[in-house]
Amino acid sequence: MLSPIILVPAILNGLLTGAVYGLVALGLTLIYGVLHIINFAHGALLTAAMFAAFFAHRLLGLDPYLAALGLTPLFFALGYCLQRFVIGPAAHGEDRNILLVTLALAVVIENALLYAFGGDTRTLNLAYAFDVVDIGIAFLALPRVMGFAVVLAVALTLWLILALTDTGKAIRAVAKEKLGAELSGIDVAHIYAVTFGLGTACLAIAACLLIPTYYVNPHIGNAFVLVAFTIVVLGGMGSVTGALIGGLFVGVVESLCGLYLGESLGQIGIFVMFILVLLLRPAGLFGERA
Amino acid sequence: MAEPLLRLERVCKRFDGLLAVDDASFAVEAGRITALIGPNGAGKTTLFSIISGFLTPSEGRILHRGAEITGMPAHLLARRGIVRTFQVAQPFAGLTVHENIAIGAHLSRRARADALAAAAEVASAVGLGDLLGRPAASLTVAGRKRLELARALAAGPELLLLDEVLAGLNPREVAAMVPVIRALAGRGITILMIEHVMQAVMRLAEQVFVLAQGRIIAEGTPQAVVGDAAVIEAYLGHGAAARLSGAGGAHV
Amino acid sequence: MKRASLAHIAVVIAVLAAVPLLTASNLVLNFLVVALLIALVGQGWNVLGGYGGQYSFGHAAFFGTGAYVSAILQTRYGVNAWLAFGLGIAGGALIGAAIGALTFRSGLRGSYFALVTLAFAEVLRILASVAPITGAGVGILITLDLRPQAFQFQSRAPFYWIILALLAASFLIVRLIEQSRFGAWLVAVRENEEAAKAVGVNTQRVKLAAMTISAAITAAGGAFYAQYFLFIDSGIAYGPWISIEALLAPIVGGIGSAFGPLLGALLVKTLGELTKLVTGDAPGLDLVIYGGVLILIVAFAPQGIAGLIADLRLRFARLRPRLPERAHG
Repeated sequence: MLSPIILVPAILNGLLTGAVYGLVALGLTLIYGVLHIINFAHGALLTAAMFAAFFAHRLLGLDPYLAALGLTPLFFALGYCLQRFVIGPAAHGEDRNILLVTLALAVVIENALLYAFGGDTRTLNLAYAFDVVDIGIAFLALPRVMGFAVVLAVALTLWLILALTDTGKAIRAVAKEKLGAELSGIDVAHIYAVTFGLGTACLAIAACLLIPTYYVNPHIGNAFVLVAFTIVVLGGMGSVTGALIGGLFVGVVESLCGLYLGESLGQIGIFVMFILVLLLRPAGLFGERA
Repeated sequence: MAEPLLRLERVCKRFDGLLAVDDASFAVEAGRITALIGPNGAGKTTLFSIISGFLTPSEGRILHRGAEITGMPAHLLARRGIVRTFQVAQPFAGLTVHENIAIGAHLSRRARADALAAAAEVASAVGLGDLLGRPAASLTVAGRKRLELARALAAGPELLLLDEVLAGLNPREVAAMVPVIRALAGRGITILMIEHVMQAVMRLAEQVFVLAQGRIIAEGTPQAVVGDAAVIEAYLGHGAAARLSGAGGAHV
Repeated sequence: MKRASLAHIAVVIAVLAAVPLLTASNLVLNFLVVALLIALVGQGWNVLGGYGGQYSFGHAAFFGTGAYVSAILQTRYGVNAWLAFGLGIAGGALIGAAIGALTFRSGLRGSYFALVTLAFAEVLRILASVAPITGAGVGILITLDLRPQAFQFQSRAPFYWIILALLAASFLIVRLIEQSRFGAWLVAVRENEEAAKAVGVNTQRVKLAAMTISAAITAAGGAFYAQYFLFIDSGIAYGPWISIEALLAPIVGGIGSAFGPLLGALLVKTLGELTKLVTGDAPGLDLVIYGGVLILIVAFAPQGIAGLIADLRLRFARLRPRLPERAHG
């Protein structure tokens, strides 16, 4: 019914947005795959990262892509410390407690941002925010194209880290067999914290990629994170490729739905899809700790 | 011939590509102690999970007193009198020993007081009478195994599936448990036990089935099974039977 | 954890009931009404989470349904306020049964269960914020009609006694559960679901029943809220704030104990008031404090304040010098 002239750009733009969704989902699935916890604080951390990127520009004049260079290690450290010194110790290893602690963190971070910065929505006005790239069949927003490229680079880097470095191998070992890894001398608490840090670092990068085209308020992270949760469950909990491919898929679906259904119904659509995915996913995914 | 209490007919269980149980058929006679033995990874616990309703077989049927129970969920089978214990004891960690056993007793008793009273009796019978008020989490391995047994007993089973109830016990503890198990059979409870502790199998079991790589490879009295060449090979490797008989008589 | 005895319940209720007789301060009464309301909602959560071990992060779904059903029936269909109140509870229970049936049938536990309950609450919130029947963005205002027949009163005291009665009823329900086979099964499900199945517990049905009871109690809180404040909108009825307070009260007070939610609600609300006193009424700060408290409790007092007290009692008991045995008359 819709001509290729409308469909193709919608699909392409969906892919570009989906890539960033995939990055958010990547952090989530990494944390799940290794620590076997569902990080309820993921959304709040993304919000915090977006605020950080926003103020990096507002106060320091830093372009988001530059800010990412500084924010990534900063948020890695934040994630590391949160897992090492708050979540890990507070939970005493009990699943139920981990649930509560990550929820509590989400509440604290989100409301601290609310308290500090108010509930207003802010946007960055960047010179190139509306620039487009003309690839013949479609016009693509420049920030989105750059975002896509960065996500690919990050995915590649992450893959290299996991495959080639000692820490990466340790992470994979702990993900597969924690007790065995521990007995081999791997410091599991440290690895957990590194993984959490990596997941949070992904959020920092995603935030910098999103800020040119999205607004910021204390609740923005939740919208993205719900999409991320859906992607992770769809693509397989703990599967890195699943997160990325799932992200692309969801991005396209969202773009096409937006075309047909409009904005407000779209939000509900994501929640409903999320619930359906949770209720209908193949039985084999469960029976483990969560 | 009377219908056996439990009969498995050509039961298979596949996990993705792995055939964990391969065409298993056997019957358990009422009132007897039957043992299921075999090397590690043979599929014994998988079989238990299938019989007790925690897993459904990929193929085959399971009959209880002639009635088909294939695929029935665990709690319904428990109410039919088929109760299992777990290889790694699964206590209700936050509750006391008394409360743990009472949950089992509640299967056939509604009132708290009744369940607690029945639980106390079972506890004494099994040797946990002094530990009723203790938190289940504070018990030793041996204590947890007894608790596992007591809780299953309190549920009034007709067929009791004991999964390595003697594992992790020292010889003295094993010696203490054997008469307890024999007494259960004396009360008319049919017992099907997975066991590695051969001394217990020899002393308790009237009928033994040997499972290796998912298949039943031998059945008979303990004495007969232990001398069976196929069984020796399953445990000790290919050619072991010949080597042993060559070395002047099998001594197991 | 000590089981609630009728005597304990009677004493606590009697003491609380006396408060309006001792003070006419609107400040105190208002504070207590809200605290008891949160205690009621928390008790609802406690049945499913504390006794049943299923942690819901979306109890707002039941609170809001109780509030909306009651408010809509009164304002749009002229239903008597008390009847509407009862129907609000029924509505909440129905939603609880529906969500429970869906999620437990799918075998969802732990984090996945928490996630899906959160999602359900959010779906309801969004629906309520756009649907005409719930007043969309504007919300619902219950017409002022200060007559007992309309479940509205001139002074706060009658409201106070009603919420106290509801709370007392919830104590009795919890006590009934504690002493019944259902309660034993519920706790078994919490401790080890597979082991429970092995001794004949129909875990699915037990969880569903617990969810329905939990939802009904929480919905009662929601319907009461509507009567007391006379205004609700999607953010109030289905917002995350109530989902969080619903679990905070029992966890802080003592999860899985009958009095835990009451103790926790009083503590948390007092903390909230103190915070307001010191820092003013800035949005968000109270929830930051609540989040921090939750982390501290989980880290240092997982059995809540009630658990801490029980712990301390045990320690003092051990320290007391042993007296020679005496015959007691």
